Amino acid sequence: MKGMHLPDIRMLLQGASPRSSEMFPELNNLLNTTPDKAEQGKLTLLCDARTDGSFLVHHFLSFYLKANCKVCFVALLQSFSHYNIVAQKLGVSLAAARERGQLVFLEGLKSSVDVFFQAQEDPHPLQFLREASAGNLQPLYEFVREALTPADNGAAAWRCPVLLVDDLSVLLSLGMGAVAVLDFVHYCRATVCCELKGNMVALVHDSGDAEDEENNTLLIGLSHQSHLILRTEGLATGFCKDVHGQLRILWRRPSQSTARRDRSLTFQYKIQDKNVSFFARGMSPAIL
Amino acid sequence: VTPSEGAAGCGRWSEMLESLLALGGLVLLRDSVEWEGRSFLKALIRKAALSGEQVRILGCEVSEEEFREGFDSDVNSRLVYHDLFRDPLNWSKTGEAPPGGPLGALRAMCKRTDPGPVTIAIDSLSWLLLRQPCTTVCQVLHALSHRTPCPGHSPAVEQVRVLGLLHEELHGPGPVGALSSLAQTKVTLGGTAGLDSAHIVFRRPRQRPIHQTQWFSVLPDFSLDLQEGPRLECQPHPDPYTSPVDPTTHLTFNLRLSKKEKEARDGLTLPFQFSSEKQQALLCPGQGQAASHIFYEPDAYDDLDQEDPDDDLDV
Repeated sequence: MKGMHLPDIRMLLQGASPRSSEMFPELNNLLNTTPDKAEQGKLTLLCDARTDGSFLVHHFLSFYLKANCKVCFVALLQSFSHYNIVAQKLGVSLAAARERGQLVFLEGLKSSVDVFFQAQEDPHPLQFLREASAGNLQPLYEFVREALTPADNGAAAWRCPVLLVDDLSVLLSLGMGAVAVLDFVHYCRATVCCELKGNMVALVHDSGDAEDEENNTLLIGLSHQSHLILRTEGLATGFCKDVHGQLRILWRRPSQSTARRDRSLTFQYKIQDKNVSFFARGMSPAIL
Repeated sequence: VTPSEGAAGCGRWSEMLESLLALGGLVLLRDSVEWEGRSFLKALIRKAALSGEQVRILGCEVSEEEFREGFDSDVNSRLVYHDLFRDPLNWSKTGEAPPGGPLGALRAMCKRTDPGPVTIAIDSLSWLLLRQPCTTVCQVLHALSHRTPCPGHSPAVEQVRVLGLLHEELHGPGPVGALSSLAQTKVTLGGTAGLDSAHIVFRRPRQRPIHQTQWFSVLPDFSLDLQEGPRLECQPHPDPYTSPVDPTTHLTFNLRLSKKEKEARDGLTLPFQFSSEKQQALLCPGQGQAASHIFYEPDAYDDLDQEDPDDDLDV
């Protein structure tokens, strides 16, 4: 117990949280945040290596919807109904959020077809699929900016704008260069984080392949821009029924007031039906 | 920390930053994801600004607001921020994008001639390198840091120093090597839990490079707090849960000699040591040598041919 960090002990004492239908409260504890006091102007990078880190995307989606933020979700990986079903498990309805204008959902799987079969006057957000020569993601950025810039007439109904991208590696697979994706993120940061004082959360896969230069450039380039990095990894020893992987939290720019001694923490986790439990390495309840 | 200790620490960090700024030319700050170098860059900028200089910053990675955060008004008033962050590619059509691209902005910064030394900070070189050819970036940097006075202006060579932040993992060995050879001073940032370290290499012309490692933490106002390096047992080891092991506990030999053993060792003549006795023995062949003979008794089956002794060699 000697080497344990304070949050670990809290984790162990707490056990399964009674508020299980509310995102992943244990993760909020580790990050020292709640929907009521979410920080603003931050870029959070989610990264997964040898495992699926999408549970973090679901967490942040429901977190920011609960925090009453206006959310623009660029979903390139799964369909709307997939995200909706998972969100319902976490106590949020994406369909209802979309109805009331809180959520702007760009469904990459569906709208990529529109690029080809519908004559469009305005450039489509995914225009790059059609014009490889354009080489940049400006239309996608314009889409995000339009979605998140508050309307002039209405009073600020939502707390702050949030951009969520799942995931940026897909853009590389679709033929964009790493620098083009970095430029897109740069502009989103300048607009969403700095101008509108909102937040941005993006997922990037770590292919673990040193020769995949584009993906490495994207991952490291983004890491240098982020305030917080959450990296999930599969266990080096292989699949395990009771420990699904480990999560490393790295605060890159510690806030001025709290000179944080622990800039990085590592936990292991187990994904359950409606929750994720975190514990110190080697302290899985199944082992103890 | 007592006031006197604080003052001493303050003097030391001031000295360290001064020595970094003193050489002029390019100061290359190499950081990593784990150990970000912008705080250290800001500490250098603060130091330069407090010495009364104007500092020009080419900001590509963070907004002006975020960059100025933490500096007091005294320092902030001496900073000129060239904002390449908000609209570098003219997507927003604000007209803020510099006409000659980012390097054009850098060249323009160099052209403005004010008397006195100038400090230019680039945040960051990595941003430029990802979007511009490495050779062009190096040429502009070279032109910047070896600026000759324009005709018609003061004839004295103005001292220009360029502080460049480089995210090292983003680039291959080629660009990093090219920039390193341009730099007068290289600072590589690293550290262990809670403490940052800077490994500094000074390169003075016609002198051997000087290596130096400093431990510090950056305070909220971007002054540095120099620290003692961590003791050996505090050095990073891969697993924080294992306790440090003393490697000298179960040795099968002595690490140190007693006084008596030392004397015995000193008294010993080693085989390769040349002494006058040995010399004598070699120069005058002694009795042993004159009296020696070789006795050879042939085997019963040896077939010795006196006329052709090499018969058995088959040649």
